[in-house]
Amino acid sequence: MAEGRMPERARLERPRGDRGDRERNQALAALTLDPGSLQPAPRLARRKTEKIRGKHAALCFATMAVMLGLPLWWKTTETYRAALPYSQIGHLDSMLLRLRVPVSVVFIQGSLPIVDQQKLPFTVVNERDVPLKCKMKLKCRFQLAYRMAGSHEEKAFKKDTIEEAEAALPLPKEDTLGSLNIFVIPEKSSLLPKDKMSYIGPKRTAFVRGTQVRQALTVMGQRILQVAQSMSLTDEVLAAALGDRLPEDKVSLDKRRPLKSSLGYEITFSLLNPDPKSHEVHWDIEGAVENYVQPFLSLLSVVGNFSMDSQILYYAMLGVTPRFDAASSSYTLAAYSLPHVINPVEARLGSRATSLYPVINFLLYVPERAHSPLYIQDKDGARVATNAFHSPRWGGIMVYNVDPSAYNTTKYPVKVDVDMVPVMEVFLSQMRLLFGIPPPQMPENFLLGDPPREGLRSWEVDRLVWARTVENVATVVTTLTSLAELLDKIGNIVIKDNVASEVYRAVDAIQEAVVELSAGNLELAFRYSREAVTSSEKAFFDPSLLHLLYFPDDQKFAIYIPLFLPMAVPIFLSMIKIIVENQKARKDIEKVD
Amino acid sequence: MEQVQFLGPGMDPVSENRPHPVPSGESLHWLTLGEVSHGGQQCFLVSALWAPGMKAGPPQPAGSLPLALAPLSTFSKRPLSTAVLEALSAEESSKARNLENRLEIDGFPPSPLVVKDFIVLRGLCSPALGRPGQLLNGHTNNWAVLVCTSRFWFNYRHVANTLSVYRSVKRLGIPDSHIVLMLADDMACNPRNPKPATVFSHKNMELNVYGDDVEVDYRSYEVTVENFLRVLTGRVPPSTPRSKRLLSDDRSNILIYMTGHGGNGFLKFQDSEEITNVELADAFEQMWQKRRYHEMLFIIDTCQGASMYERFYSPNVMALASSQVGEDSLSHQPDLAIGVHLMDRYTFYVLEFLEEIHPASQANMNDLFQVCPKSLCVSTPGHRTDLFQRNPQNVLITDFFGSVRKVEITTERVALKPDPSSLGYSHLKCQKDEELTEPLNYAEQLPVAQIIHQKPKQKEWHPPGGFILGLWALILMVFFKTYGIKHMKYVF
Repeated sequence: MAEGRMPERARLERPRGDRGDRERNQALAALTLDPGSLQPAPRLARRKTEKIRGKHAALCFATMAVMLGLPLWWKTTETYRAALPYSQIGHLDSMLLRLRVPVSVVFIQGSLPIVDQQKLPFTVVNERDVPLKCKMKLKCRFQLAYRMAGSHEEKAFKKDTIEEAEAALPLPKEDTLGSLNIFVIPEKSSLLPKDKMSYIGPKRTAFVRGTQVRQALTVMGQRILQVAQSMSLTDEVLAAALGDRLPEDKVSLDKRRPLKSSLGYEITFSLLNPDPKSHEVHWDIEGAVENYVQPFLSLLSVVGNFSMDSQILYYAMLGVTPRFDAASSSYTLAAYSLPHVINPVEARLGSRATSLYPVINFLLYVPERAHSPLYIQDKDGARVATNAFHSPRWGGIMVYNVDPSAYNTTKYPVKVDVDMVPVMEVFLSQMRLLFGIPPPQMPENFLLGDPPREGLRSWEVDRLVWARTVENVATVVTTLTSLAELLDKIGNIVIKDNVASEVYRAVDAIQEAVVELSAGNLELAFRYSREAVTSSEKAFFDPSLLHLLYFPDDQKFAIYIPLFLPMAVPIFLSMIKIIVENQKARKDIEKVD
Repeated sequence: MEQVQFLGPGMDPVSENRPHPVPSGESLHWLTLGEVSHGGQQCFLVSALWAPGMKAGPPQPAGSLPLALAPLSTFSKRPLSTAVLEALSAEESSKARNLENRLEIDGFPPSPLVVKDFIVLRGLCSPALGRPGQLLNGHTNNWAVLVCTSRFWFNYRHVANTLSVYRSVKRLGIPDSHIVLMLADDMACNPRNPKPATVFSHKNMELNVYGDDVEVDYRSYEVTVENFLRVLTGRVPPSTPRSKRLLSDDRSNILIYMTGHGGNGFLKFQDSEEITNVELADAFEQMWQKRRYHEMLFIIDTCQGASMYERFYSPNVMALASSQVGEDSLSHQPDLAIGVHLMDRYTFYVLEFLEEIHPASQANMNDLFQVCPKSLCVSTPGHRTDLFQRNPQNVLITDFFGSVRKVEITTERVALKPDPSSLGYSHLKCQKDEELTEPLNYAEQLPVAQIIHQKPKQKEWHPPGGFILGLWALILMVFFKTYGIKHMKYVF
C-alpha cells in the first residue's frame, strides 16, 4: 500500500518543485544578464579566458584518458603470458630423429677370406629412412664396427655348443643398453645346426655364419644388418612407438595392445573365489612375486617404476555363465563371450585412489564347484591350452581349475593350494604382451636362444627402450606443438612463469634426447626423453592453464559501457566542439584575409 | 544364463522360478537371457515370451531369428535359464528339422493354439561381434561424462534424465570407473521427495533409476563450469582421485551428455554461472590437441540446444541436441505423486530407443537421429555430423553407448623353472603367519556407549533478553542526566 501511494504523492509534488526551480532560474538569469549588459568588454574577455581554460581542461582530460587510461586498461585486462620458445617448438615438428645403433662385429679366424681380413678394422654406416606421415624425419643408422677377434674370444669358440661358447665369451667392453655384439664364425663351424644361418642369444650377442665367397664383406654386411635389425629396430618396434604417425598401410592391430609409455605402473594380482563354501583357496602370491615377477620387472626397471599388490575377492562372479559341454562333461567359455566377462568383475576390483599410473590387472579365477572344470574355447571351438585370455591395456584373466579328485571328500570347503608356476608362466607372458614385448618372430634360418630365467632377453628390453624413447619423443613433440597451437588459437589462456619454465625444460630435454639418440647412448636418451615427457605433461596439464576468461562480445560491452560512457561522452563532445570551433576560427581568419 | 534382465515397459522383476512371465496388459516382456552360439554365430537371446491366450504374435525385434521352439512344459517349475538352455540344446540336437520350415508349417505367426503351448525363443545374431572386424572402429575403450546442471526440486527431471542415461550406458557395458557422473542436486534425499532414496523416470513410479550401484562422482556444489572443464581437459588439481578424472587416451570413444536449462549459446550451471558454446568448443579442441579422445558423441537436452554445438571446430565430434535455436525443449511425464515432471521429452525417447539396444545390436547413428520426430518431441531435434569422419550410417550406437572390450586369447607362455627351496621357505613363512595372527575384530565404528552415557551439554551463558535493552536505557539516562532534555535538538 505504501509503495502504491508514493508515486501519487511524487506526482503531486513535482509540478510545485518544477515551478519553484523555474522561478529561481529566471531570477538568476536576470541577475547575470544585468551586469553583462552594463559592462560588455571585461565580461567578454573573461568569457574568452574561461573558454580557453575549458578548452585546455578538455584537452588535458583527453590526453590523460589516452595516455594513462588506455595503457592502464590494456595492462590490467591483459592475460599474462610468459615468453615461450615458440621458434624452437616450431622446429621440433620438422626435426630429424636419427637412431644410432652401435654394433661391434667381430670376425673369428677363418670366417673371412684372407684378402678381406687385411682390410680390418674399419667401420661401416648403414642408414635407412622410415617413411612418416608428418614432417618429422626418422632415420635408423646402424654403425657396424668391424674387427678381428682377440685371443680370448678365439678361445671361447673352441667350445662344443653354442651356449657354452656364449658363456665363455669375455664380457664385451661395451655392453650398454642398445648396443649389439655380433660374432662371425667360420662357415664350416659346427656350433650352429646346418640349416641355420645365425644364432641370437639371450644377451646382446649374436652369431652369424661367415662366408668365403668373393666380395665377402658386402655379403656379410647384409647378413649382419639383418640380424642387427631384428634385434633392435624392427618395423614392429617403430610401429608400436609411432602409432598414428606411420602411414595407414603400416598400422597393425597389434599397436593398440601395449600400454602407453608412463612413468610407473601399478600391477594388481587378484584371486577370485566365487564359491568359498566349497573352496578354500590359498595362493603363495608373495613367493611367486619374489621368485618370478620381481626378477622380470627388475629387468624392466629402466622403463618405469612398478608397484604391486594382491587381493582375494570372494563371491566375485564372471559376467557370463559358462555353457555345459556334455561330451567332455566340462563347462566352456566361448571366445565370443569373453569380452563380456570383464566388466562385472572390474567393478569389484577397486583401484588405488592415490596413484594415476596405469593399472594392470591379473585375475586368477577359480570357478565355483558347480561350473568346474571350466575351459576357455577359442574361435574354432578348440580348448585353449593356457586357459587364459587378456585384454589390451587392461590385463589378463586365467581360469584355474581345481583338481577334480579333491572333491572326493565330505569335508567342505576343500582346501586348494594354487600351483603358482603355471599361473605365473601365463601372467608373465601376458605381461610381456601388455608391455609391448611380443614373442620374437625371426626368419626361418635364425636360431633363437632360450630366454634366461627371468623370461626376458636383454635385447628385447633394448627394443622396448628404443620404442619407448621414440614414443616419448613423439609424445613430447605433439604436446609442445599442440600447446603452442592452442595458445595461438585461444587467446585467453594464461601462461604463468612456472609453466613457461617447464616448457623450457621440456624443450631442452628433448633436444638433449635427440642428440643422445644420434650419438647412440640409448640409456641417456631415454632418461632425457622421460624428463621431457614429465615436464611437458606438467606444463600442458597445469591447473592454472584453464581459461575461464571467455566473455562474449555483448557481455564485454555490457561491462564497459557503464564504466566508459559517462566519461567518454563529455570528452568526445568537447573534442568535437574544439575541432569544430578551430575550423570555424580558421575560416574566419580566411574570410578576414 | 543367470543374467536375466527385463527391458522395456513393465519392469517388475520376475523371479527365476516363475514358469513364464505374464505380460501386464498390452505390454510385453523382452528378455535378454545372455548370449548363445547358434550356427557359428553369436546370438543375443531376445525372446518374446507371450502369455497363453494372446491373440496375435508379439512384435518381433527387428532382425531377430527364431532359434528354438520350446514347449511351455519345459518352463514349468524350473529356473528360466535352465529351461532356455535345455530348449536350445534340444533344438541343436534335432538339426534334421529346419526350424524356419517347421514354424512355417505350424503357421507363423503362430495360431492361438501354438501360442498356447509353445514359446519361440528368438535371438539377434551377428557374426561381427568379438571378431577383429569390430576393432576396425579404432577404439579400445569407452568413456562417458554425464552432466546434470540444475538444482532444486522442480528440476527433478534433469537428474532423472542423467541417471537414466547412466543406467543405460552401464547396462550396455561401460564400467563405473569409466563414467564421470555429475549431478547438481541430490533429488533422492530431497525433503520434498515423497519416496526418499529413489529417483523415478517413469510414470507410476515404475522404474527407479537411483538403484544400489549409482556412483556419483561430482555432487551438488561440486558441479561447476570450472570442474566440468577441468574434467574434460584433464587439468585437475593433483589431489583429485582417479574416479573423478577422465583418464581417456587416443583410443577412447567419449559420450558427453548434458542436460539443464540453457539459452542461445549457453547452458546454465547451478543458477550461478553458465558455460558458453565457445568455452565448450575450446575445451573440446584442447582435448583433441592432447589426443584425449578418438571420437566423441555430444548430446545435449536443453532449450535452444543446437546453439551449443554451433561453435565446435574439433574433428571427430558428432553432436545431437534436443531443440533448434529459438525453440524450447519440453518436459514429459508429469507425476501427480511426486508433483513434478519426471523426464524431458527428448531424453525419454532416446532412452526408449536405447532400451532396445543390446551389446550386439547393429543399430547405427542414423537411427538415433530419428528417435524423436517433431510430433513427439514438440521441439525439433538437431544433429551435426560435418566434423565426424565416418558416415553416421556406419557408426554403431554401441560404439559410444556400450563397451565391448577387445579380448585376445593368450597362447604363449613363458617357461619358468620352479625354485623349490624358496617356495618351501615361503610356505613355511605363510604357516608361521597364520599361527601368529590373532582373531580379528571389527573396530568400533561409532562410540555408541560414549554417546549414550555422556553428560548433557552445558548451556553456553547468554546475557538475559532484557540486558541489552537495559544497558541502552542506562546510557540514554546518563546522557539526559548530564545534558538535559533541551539539548536533544543537537543530537537529532
